Amino acid sequence: MNALRRTSLYAAHRAAGARLVPFAGWEMPLQYASIVAEHVAVRTRAGLFDVSHMGEIRVEGPGALAVVQRLITNDAGRLPVGGGLYTPMCLPSGGIVDDVTVFRVAEDAYLFVVNAARREHDAAWITEHAAGAAAVVRDVSDATALLAVQGPRAATILARLAGDEVAALPRFHARDGVRIAGVPTWVSRTGYTGEDGFELAVPWDDAPRVWAALLEAGQSEGLMAAGLGARDTLRLEAGYMLYGNDIDETTTPLEAPLTWTVKFDKGEFIGRDALARQRATGVTRRLVGFEVVDRAIARPAQEIWADGGRVGRVTSGTFAPTLQRSIGLGYVSATHAAVGTMLQIQIRGVGVPARVVRLPFYRRPTS
Amino acid sequence: MYPDDRRYTREHEWAKREDGRVRVGITRFAAERLSDVVYIELPKVGTEVRAMEPFGVVESVKAASDLYAPVSGRVIEVNADLLAHPERLNQDPHGDAWMIVLEPASEAEWDQLLTAEAYAELVAAEGA
Repeated sequence: MNALRRTSLYAAHRAAGARLVPFAGWEMPLQYASIVAEHVAVRTRAGLFDVSHMGEIRVEGPGALAVVQRLITNDAGRLPVGGGLYTPMCLPSGGIVDDVTVFRVAEDAYLFVVNAARREHDAAWITEHAAGAAAVVRDVSDATALLAVQGPRAATILARLAGDEVAALPRFHARDGVRIAGVPTWVSRTGYTGEDGFELAVPWDDAPRVWAALLEAGQSEGLMAAGLGARDTLRLEAGYMLYGNDIDETTTPLEAPLTWTVKFDKGEFIGRDALARQRATGVTRRLVGFEVVDRAIARPAQEIWADGGRVGRVTSGTFAPTLQRSIGLGYVSATHAAVGTMLQIQIRGVGVPARVVRLPFYRRPTS
Repeated sequence: MYPDDRRYTREHEWAKREDGRVRVGITRFAAERLSDVVYIELPKVGTEVRAMEPFGVVESVKAASDLYAPVSGRVIEVNADLLAHPERLNQDPHGDAWMIVLEPASEAEWDQLLTAEAYAELVAAEGA
């Protein structure tokens, strides 16, 4: 067993009384007080997350765009400098290598923000597919800490530290060279919670200064430090995929609800042929959202039944604090994927009724 | 911290003798570990349970955890209030948030349970 890695905020988490757990090879805060309290803070006020375990990989050079376009299913071709998007990277089979965000950070430079568990794999995958191109791949994860401030008050809090202009960034846009507590910060208006919010990349050792400045600036707005527990319940309510649970190399974007990220018209990309075939023949299973009728909680790997037989398996499940319902995601045969279909989740030997519902489970109120 | 009017298991249940019957719950240590409890599953009255085998489940937001019977016996009472308000488990785990009452099958198993002192040592070691 390798020793767990720690972010530069480890001491701050310990001091705050966080419960630390192993996650993707890192010792990360699961919760500081209660998962539900942190979840509610993000939905109603704001929460601050340390997501420094995530990876950052840069692709730079005149050939960078061509490399990026070959690696991702979405279309980076029209991204302005400072623009970004969410996308899977696929295998030739159409299976998902990882789901990432990609930003055009300069004229000829792109930044991939990748899942912690996939960082080494992604870096190798991207490097392999940049071979021979006029582009250099640099894994800058070790030098880059990442914080997320999320929630309806996130923009107010960030404005206090970085000014109104940064706080007015459009969704999925980013700006570099922002100074927060004297630290050069790359700010994007993105997140994994279903709320408005920002992600801040800072030099590794400077994260504690930015963390402390955010907590102080956010105190009057009810900002709370939030852990991976709340991050999971928030993302699941928002219908976001968790790599390794809901999607992996054996599932495709067309089976997951990620068809919108596959741009067949943009030209060649890895996985295009397989996905085009799958689109033509139709998928045989789909990832659906379901609500459990009871309060029992569906957990990954539990079987999903319908009409007296097994039709799929659960990939994610939790009790949704905002909705006050037990919700989950799972793959079911395409014949049982329609909204309203009744399923049974096999929980400890009992078929607990559940209903297929539209995703996302939660959508933030628009003002 | 851990009342000495009862015994404990290594799995963090408590067992309290009351006129030949045994009331069972989980310890404050376990309740705190299971923060954000949303659902509790307990056996029906009349169910036979066996010492150190699961008799129920506590579901928190994060995970499902089995409950282990401190002693073998028949369930003669179930805390319906707790089933209706699982969040109370975090408030009074040693009192109102008891789970079941057992009619023990034998007296022999009792002596294998931990004293309050031994349990406190176990918690100190696990919590470190």
